[in-house]
Amino acid sequence: MMPPHRAADLWVYLSTNPLLWLTSVLVAYLLAEWVADKAHRHPLANTVALAAIPLSLLLMLTGTSYQTFFDGAQFVHFLLGPATVALAIPLYRNIGRVRAMLLPMTCALLVGSLTAMVSVVLIAGLMGVPVAILASLAPKSATTPIAMSLAAANGGLPALTAVFVMLTGIFGAVVVTPMMNALGIRDFAARGFAAGLAAHGIGTARAFQVDPTAGAFAGIALGLNGAMTAIVAPVILPPLLHLFAGNALTL
Amino acid sequence: MIIAITALLCCQLIGEVVVRALGLPLPGPVAGMGLMFAYLVIHGRGLPEEERVPKKIGLVADALLRNLSLLFIPAAVGIVQYFGLLARYGWTIAISIVVSTTAAMLVTVLIFRVGARWQTHYRRHHPAHAAADEAQS
Repeated sequence: MMPPHRAADLWVYLSTNPLLWLTSVLVAYLLAEWVADKAHRHPLANTVALAAIPLSLLLMLTGTSYQTFFDGAQFVHFLLGPATVALAIPLYRNIGRVRAMLLPMTCALLVGSLTAMVSVVLIAGLMGVPVAILASLAPKSATTPIAMSLAAANGGLPALTAVFVMLTGIFGAVVVTPMMNALGIRDFAARGFAAGLAAHGIGTARAFQVDPTAGAFAGIALGLNGAMTAIVAPVILPPLLHLFAGNALTL
Repeated sequence: MIIAITALLCCQLIGEVVVRALGLPLPGPVAGMGLMFAYLVIHGRGLPEEERVPKKIGLVADALLRNLSLLFIPAAVGIVQYFGLLARYGWTIAISIVVSTTAAMLVTVLIFRVGARWQTHYRRHHPAHAAADEAQS
């Protein structure tokens, strides 16, 4: 056993060093993937949730701030950018199918995007959720960077939006397979498109686990819905949020 | 492998610059995705199916997308900052996210299917128009 003061020094060193938290993210991911595999890729065994829950507990138990954690985890977070660019590859491989489905995709995008944004504000607003949280909830189905900038522009809290975007993605990824099976929809293009539109990148990650075509269409929907939400939000959000201006914030 | 990562990052970088310079309502990486797509379309013209996507770019893209879940973990852990607020509004927020996400997914998939069915029907009954559409695209 090492003496306690040395153990304390070691912890101070490790807990403030990017190495520990970067490694924790990777280990948590590998464990989550292992559990998901053991569960035969059951929709409830969502990799993001399975990894984020033990990491969150670890941060709380060790009293580590999110900022310290993120200093290490940012190296993984950074790869979201190139991964988004990489979505062009499955999109291009499926170009023939995408072209054939242009009309249904456009219709589904217009209606789906509006539904995602308007319904969450109406439901939460009627239940008395304060307007600052409503503004943070509204862009929940869009990809994180778009959602955060839209929340900021409409009086929401961008960091809170990031959380709502994650919760939406995890819920969507969990629910998509059972829902589509219950509806009897076997068209993987349609299934993937719905997953990517309502549950952005996490829905897309799930779609890629299920079927490559579903993944490609999810990637398109993620990009299109991001753009669509960004274009529509400045027009419809201010009047929509105004309806609930009386909902006061109590923390 | 380095060349493929460089290609992805270059697309992202150019995407960021273009979006900021023109004030577009898009994140840089999404613009970068458009750029990469345009590059693939130009590069792939006249090539046989399996050579259309440069091999190294294909390998790196597949590796990244296979592990897409990993990349969301740091942001998802951000929930630790908001436990207080979620304890206060947790249920109402959960209900609204669950209902709204389900509704959006349902509406999207149903309209997609209706549109696809209508399109198949139209092409079958108007083969001349369909052929013209095909030729245009």
